Amino acid sequence: MRLFSFFLVGSFFGIVMTKSEAISWFRIVEMFRFESFHMYGIIGTAVALSAAILWIAKSRGIKTIDGKQVQYTPMTFSFKRHILAGSIFGLGWGLIGACPGPIYVLLGQGYGIFIVVLLSATLGAFAYGATQKYLPH
Amino acid sequence: MELVNYPTSFLDIISQPWHWAISGASLALILWLMTWLGRKFGISTSFETWCSVAGAGKRFSFFQRDLKNDMWRIVFVAGAIMGGFLSANYLQSPSPVGISDETIAHLATWNINYSASVTENPGFLPFEIFNLTNPFGILLAVIGGFLVGFGARYAKGCTSGHAITGLAHLQLPSLVTVIGFFIGGLIMTHLFMPFIFG
Repeated sequence: MRLFSFFLVGSFFGIVMTKSEAISWFRIVEMFRFESFHMYGIIGTAVALSAAILWIAKSRGIKTIDGKQVQYTPMTFSFKRHILAGSIFGLGWGLIGACPGPIYVLLGQGYGIFIVVLLSATLGAFAYGATQKYLPH
Repeated sequence: MELVNYPTSFLDIISQPWHWAISGASLALILWLMTWLGRKFGISTSFETWCSVAGAGKRFSFFQRDLKNDMWRIVFVAGAIMGGFLSANYLQSPSPVGISDETIAHLATWNINYSASVTENPGFLPFEIFNLTNPFGILLAVIGGFLVGFGARYAKGCTSGHAITGLAHLQLPSLVTVIGFFIGGLIMTHLFMPFIFG
């Protein structure tokens, strides 16, 4: 039953990504050319509302379904690692116009090329796991 | 017949492109549902899951993970695929993606004709480039996909994990990562893509 909830939330996510047009390669080009507020509006609203919801949940002690506190385990901060990794991701995001969520959503819409994107992204994750001890962290 | 009309008009309403505020609020709802269900909203870890499923853990300890704890990820992305399928088949937009005239004019300098593109698909991608019969498009898909997968795991998160979840938790690593997303995206869009497509 719990697993099925993730399927429902995932399906809703797929619909939101489509109807928001965030899965559009053209929207991503437009965003990186600063020619529309659309994508900034989506991300800005999502972050502002989420921050408010999480703040309320944390300060009022609203619990998760398992009765646990809402909390976030911080990552170890490394400027070099995060700026470099983010930039590598950004190069790919700009080129194919899809971040990981939209890769799955576009696949579901029947765009066959996203099989290639998904396999290559998995290969990229593998390449990171295989070479991580040589990379700056 | 009126019984048929009501759900049709409801579908008509949600089939239209959503305003950015509605879209952003929906993402916040998703983040809350995931938090409430006890999981961190993030998509790109699923790429590591596929590596583990394929047996990468035998060679590299990085991929040794208990796949039982990853079942929810697999189910979530299966849902995302289903959401894409439902949107494409039952919630088609009455109009193509409405990008700005400046962007359309700029795309023309890359030999991408936006109005021709939207006759093939609803404005989600330049289909004449990104399809399985175009070797150049496949090459771009391989390069772009690799960079996305590698960068996301190096950063320990992608747009969902850092730009939404991390920023909403006011995390400095996420802010720096998102700045990185933009450095990479701006370099690609302004320096490399004019060369790739021009």
